[in-house]
Amino acid sequence: MRTGKGSVEKLVCEAEVEIKNADGLHMRPAMQFVDVANRFSSDVTVAAGDNIADGKSIMQMSMLAATCGTRLKIKAEGSDAQKVVGALRELVEEKMFGEPPRR
Amino acid sequence: MKFADFICFKAVIPGLRAGDRDGVIAELVSALDKAGKLGKGNREDIIKAVIRREKEASTGLGRGVAIPHVKHPVVKDVVAAIGQSSAGIDFSALDKQPVYTVILLISPVDNPDKHLQAMENVFRHLQQEKFRKFLRQCQKAEQIEDLLREADESPFL
Repeated sequence: MRTGKGSVEKLVCEAEVEIKNADGLHMRPAMQFVDVANRFSSDVTVAAGDNIADGKSIMQMSMLAATCGTRLKIKAEGSDAQKVVGALRELVEEKMFGEPPRR
Repeated sequence: MKFADFICFKAVIPGLRAGDRDGVIAELVSALDKAGKLGKGNREDIIKAVIRREKEASTGLGRGVAIPHVKHPVVKDVVAAIGQSSAGIDFSALDKQPVYTVILLISPVDNPDKHLQAMENVFRHLQQEKFRKFLRQCQKAEQIEDLLREADESPFL
């Protein structure tokens, strides 16, 4: 989508991921999430049920209180939308924030 | 979860005496201890554990607020204390600004979901500028208790 002269192309990318570490999205994982999101220029929003948070705000991410098993809808808008969604998916589902899964 | 479910209203300190991070943590843990929430002889251990956690990564998330916390086997439910400092405390906060409101949580080790629900409540209200402002205006423990109970009834506070 082009929005006029001089503007860059705006891409939208969405993915659904599942919280797999036993302790869920507590403060340290939330910080890691926000750190990764902030490495990219795209806007990131994260939805858990009815709650929507700015993926670059630690307070809003902590507010999601996403427990183990919660599904998050990550949506990114911007030139590097695909990259940021890929990096966040890897952090949540593969690296599991460096924490153990539920026993 | 609501504030009344986990805030110990006997551990509400409108005028913190300590002027530094570790002192404030000790003051709030001691208040919970005095209120009988931490069993016997666990005070020092819990203070050390909270400070150790705080050193790993500051819980001062900005906007003048810090939420030091730790999981500890002595509690079966989340318990929390609240303290206010008019002078402001250096918590190595993310925004490098002083902290005026400190909410200290001790959570059970085997119930991560409860911990998250308490945190959700804390941040939902602390996100609101009005709530942070009202909290900072409280000069008595009863005023803080009233405000928190009011917040429990009003999602927009």
